[in-house]
Amino acid sequence: MTNNDKQSRRDFLKKGGLLAGGLIGGSVLTSFISFEKPLPKEDKLPDFQHARLFFDRKEDFNVLSAATERIFPEDRLGPGAISLGVPYFIDKQLFGTWGSNTDEYMKGPFPIDSYTRSYESKTVKQSKQGPNAEVLPGIIGARYQTRLNRGEIILLGIRHLNDYSLKNYNERFDELASEDQDDILKQFEDNKVQLPGVEAQTFFYLLVQLTVEGAYADPVYGGNKNMAGWKMKQYPGPRAAYINDIEANDFIKMDQQSLTQYQGEE
Amino acid sequence: MVKKLKKVDCLIVGSGWAGSIVAAEVAKAGYQVVMLERGEDKTTADYIGAKDELKYSNRYEMMQDLSKETITSRNSIEETALPVRTQDEMMVGTNLGGGSVHWSGAVYRWLPYDFEIYDQTVKRYGEDKIPEGMLLQNWGITYDELEPYYDQFAKTAGLSGEQDPHPSAPKHKHDYPNPPMKETPNITLFKQAAKKLGYHPFQVPSANLTESYTNPDGEQLNACVYCAFCSQYGCDFGAKASPIITTIPTALKTGNCEVRTNSYARRVIKENDKVIGVRYVDTETGQEYEQEAEVVVLAGFTFTNNRLLLLSDIGVPYNPKTRQGVIGKNFNGQFNSAALGARGYFEKEKFNLYMGAGALGAVFTDLAGDNLDHSKLNFLHGGAIEIRQYGVGAIGGNEVPDGTPLWGEQFKEKSIHYANRNVNVWFTPAIMPWWHNYTDLDDHYTDSFGDPLLRITYDLTDQDRNLAQFGIEKCAEVLKEMGADIIDQDDVPDQFNHVYFGGHYAGGVIMGDNKETSAVNHYLQMWDESNLFVVGASAFPHFSNHHPTWTIGALSYRAAEGVIKFLETGQPLADSR
Repeated sequence: MTNNDKQSRRDFLKKGGLLAGGLIGGSVLTSFISFEKPLPKEDKLPDFQHARLFFDRKEDFNVLSAATERIFPEDRLGPGAISLGVPYFIDKQLFGTWGSNTDEYMKGPFPIDSYTRSYESKTVKQSKQGPNAEVLPGIIGARYQTRLNRGEIILLGIRHLNDYSLKNYNERFDELASEDQDDILKQFEDNKVQLPGVEAQTFFYLLVQLTVEGAYADPVYGGNKNMAGWKMKQYPGPRAAYINDIEANDFIKMDQQSLTQYQGEE
Repeated sequence: MVKKLKKVDCLIVGSGWAGSIVAAEVAKAGYQVVMLERGEDKTTADYIGAKDELKYSNRYEMMQDLSKETITSRNSIEETALPVRTQDEMMVGTNLGGGSVHWSGAVYRWLPYDFEIYDQTVKRYGEDKIPEGMLLQNWGITYDELEPYYDQFAKTAGLSGEQDPHPSAPKHKHDYPNPPMKETPNITLFKQAAKKLGYHPFQVPSANLTESYTNPDGEQLNACVYCAFCSQYGCDFGAKASPIITTIPTALKTGNCEVRTNSYARRVIKENDKVIGVRYVDTETGQEYEQEAEVVVLAGFTFTNNRLLLLSDIGVPYNPKTRQGVIGKNFNGQFNSAALGARGYFEKEKFNLYMGAGALGAVFTDLAGDNLDHSKLNFLHGGAIEIRQYGVGAIGGNEVPDGTPLWGEQFKEKSIHYANRNVNVWFTPAIMPWWHNYTDLDDHYTDSFGDPLLRITYDLTDQDRNLAQFGIEKCAEVLKEMGADIIDQDDVPDQFNHVYFGGHYAGGVIMGDNKETSAVNHYLQMWDESNLFVVGASAFPHFSNHHPTWTIGALSYRAAEGVIKFLETGQPLADSR
C-alpha cells in the first residue's frame, strides 16, 4: 500500500463512509465497474484470495468490517482490522469447520432459562482459565450453551448491531460516527441487548476473539496482511530455533517470517 | 455383528504415557499386547512445519473432538448438569500418544507427605484439623516405595533438571539424566527476587531435553532449541519426551505389541463376573469388535477411565448422599482456581517472550506440601510458585493491565506496548478431595453412540479459596521484589465455572489400602477384578501442588510391574486393610 492509498483510506475511515473492507471502497456498482477495467500490472494485481464466502449480503459484511475496525482500530502504531484483512479472515473462519462447530458438542436439549443465561455469563480471560493457559490471549472467552453455531451467532449479532443502530440512531451501523459505534458495541458487551437464542455478550466476545485472531494469525488465514500485525508487535513469526538467543539480555528485533516461508525452507 | 478377536495377553485402552509405558514394559517381558487409541496415528512428521498458533493454540488441533463425546458439569447434586460444549472450555488430548504429546513437559515428584497425607496430617495437627467432608486418605504406597519408579520414568524421558534445594524436598536416589534448561533474563529476575525473600528457587524440571540423549530402551531424543511452539503442540524436533518417540516405538520394536488407532472403546466386557476383554468400534468402518485378553488395562484419560467403569457396571459407584461406594469418588484436579497468581508489567525491561519452551521456567517449593506450619492457617497443603517462558505467540501475547478495556484503541495500544514487558507468576495449589466432588453418568446427554456422557459434579470450597488467596498474595510479593511497575492480582472465584482447561483432572478410580474406600490397590489393580488395572491420574486420591505427569509415569511403571506379576501368578497383588 502506498502512502497515498494509506492517506485516502484514513480519510475514508474518519468520514465514516461506507466501508467495503477490501480492495475497493464504494458501492457494489463501482466494484463491478472496477473489475471491467483491464487488470493492472502484476505487482498491482488485486488480492485474488479475498472474496466473501460466508457473508452473502454485502451489507452484513460492511457492518462486520466497521465493528472489527472499532475493536482493533487503525492508529499511530499501525493498521487496524480492515487494512489487516480481518473481515476476510472472519469470513473464512465462519465458512469453515470452526464456524459450523464441527468439533463441538451440539446435541440438545438446549434449555433457555436463567440458569443457562448465567452460564453464558461465567466468563473468564482465556489466559486465566487453567494451567498452561498462558499461551492464550488475555481477552474474555465466550461461554457456550446455545443451539446456534458460531457462524449463526456472528451473523445474528451483526444484524442486531445494525438493527440497534437504525432504531436508536436512525443510521446504518457502518455509517455511524466511531463514538456512536463504540457506544453500541458497549451495549452488547454489557449484555444490555437481547438476542434470540444467545446472549449478546457471547456474540460480542466471539467477535473480539475473531478480530484479535485475525490481526495476529499467520497471513495464510487471510488476516495479518503482509504480517503487518506482527510487525507492530515485533513478533517474528515461526522460527526453527532460538537456542542461540534464548539467554540474551536485550530485546532482539527480528524480521518477520510467515508459515509459507518457514515451511518452504524445510 | 460384533466380531470376536483372538485372545491376547494384555489389552490396553489409551496410548498416552500411562498406556504406552505399560505396553512397552509388558511387551518387553514377552507378552502379546494390543493397545487401542481412539484418535489417529501420529508421528513426529505430523508436527514438522506445524508452527501455526491459530491452528494449535486457538483451534485445539490436538484436542478431543467433542461432537462425539464430552462431559456434563454442575456445581452441586441438586442441579441439572449442562454439557461442556466447546474446545475453548474443555481441553483433553487425543490421537496417538494422547495428552502426553501436546503437554508442556514440566515434571515434579510429588511429596512424601502426599502419599501418607491422612496419617501425617493427623499426626502433626490432630484429627480435628481435617474439615468435615474432606475425604483425605493415604495412597496405599509411600514415597520411598514409589521412588524407583520415578527414577525409571526420568530415565525413559531423559528428564532435565536440578535438585530442589529446599531442605524438605523429596530425595532423589539418582540425579536427573540431563542438566537443567537455560536461564532467561526474566527467570534470573524471578530467582533473585525469590532468594531475597528467603525462598529456594531452581529451574523447573523439564521433559524438554537439554542434551541429545539415548534412553535405556535405545530411543534417541534431541536437545530442545527453545522454538516456542511447545505447549499445545507436538515437538517437530524430537526434543520433548512423549510416547510417540519413546515408549510406543519401544513397545513396537519388541514385535509383541500391536497399536490399533481409530479404535474407540465402549465397554469392558464381563462374563460370569470376570472381566474378559473390551468391546470397541473401528471409527473408520463402524465395525464393532470384542477383543478378549488375560489382562485389561484402562489407561485412557481420567474421564475415559471413570466412564468406562461406570458404563460397564464394574465396581460400586460412589454415592455422595451416603458417601459409600468408590467409582467416581474424589474427583479432583488443577483447574479454575488452580492457575491463579499475579501479573507484573514492566516499563524498563523488555523480554524476548516470543522465545521459549513449554517447561522453561523457575519455581520454589517453600510454600508447598506441609513445609509450612498449618496450625494457624485456614487451609491444608500448599502450592509451588512458578514463572514460565512458554514462548508466547502473537495472538497469545495480548495482556493489558487491569482496568484497560479489552477491545478498542486503548487495548490495542497497551497490548502492543506490553507484549514483551509482562510476566505472570502463578501459584500451583494442591487440590483436596471432597464428598460432593465426584463423577457419575449423566441422565440427559449422550455421546455419538447414544451412551450417557460422564457427569462431573464439582465446586470450590473455603480450602480452595483460602489457599488460592494465600498464593496470589505471595506471587504479588515476588513480582514487587522483581521490580514490576504494575502488579495485577487475580481474583479468586466463588464457584467453579465449568471450564476444564489444562488437562490436570484426576481421581474417581482412586488408589488406597482399603477396598471400602478405594477402587484400586497400590499396583492400580482393581480390588475385586484382579485382571483389570486402571492406570493414570484417575488413581490420585487428591492432587498435589505440582504438575501430575511424573507421578503418572511412576505409577504406570508400578502398574506395568503389577500386570507382569499378575500374568505370572494370576493373583491379587495386595490385601485390603
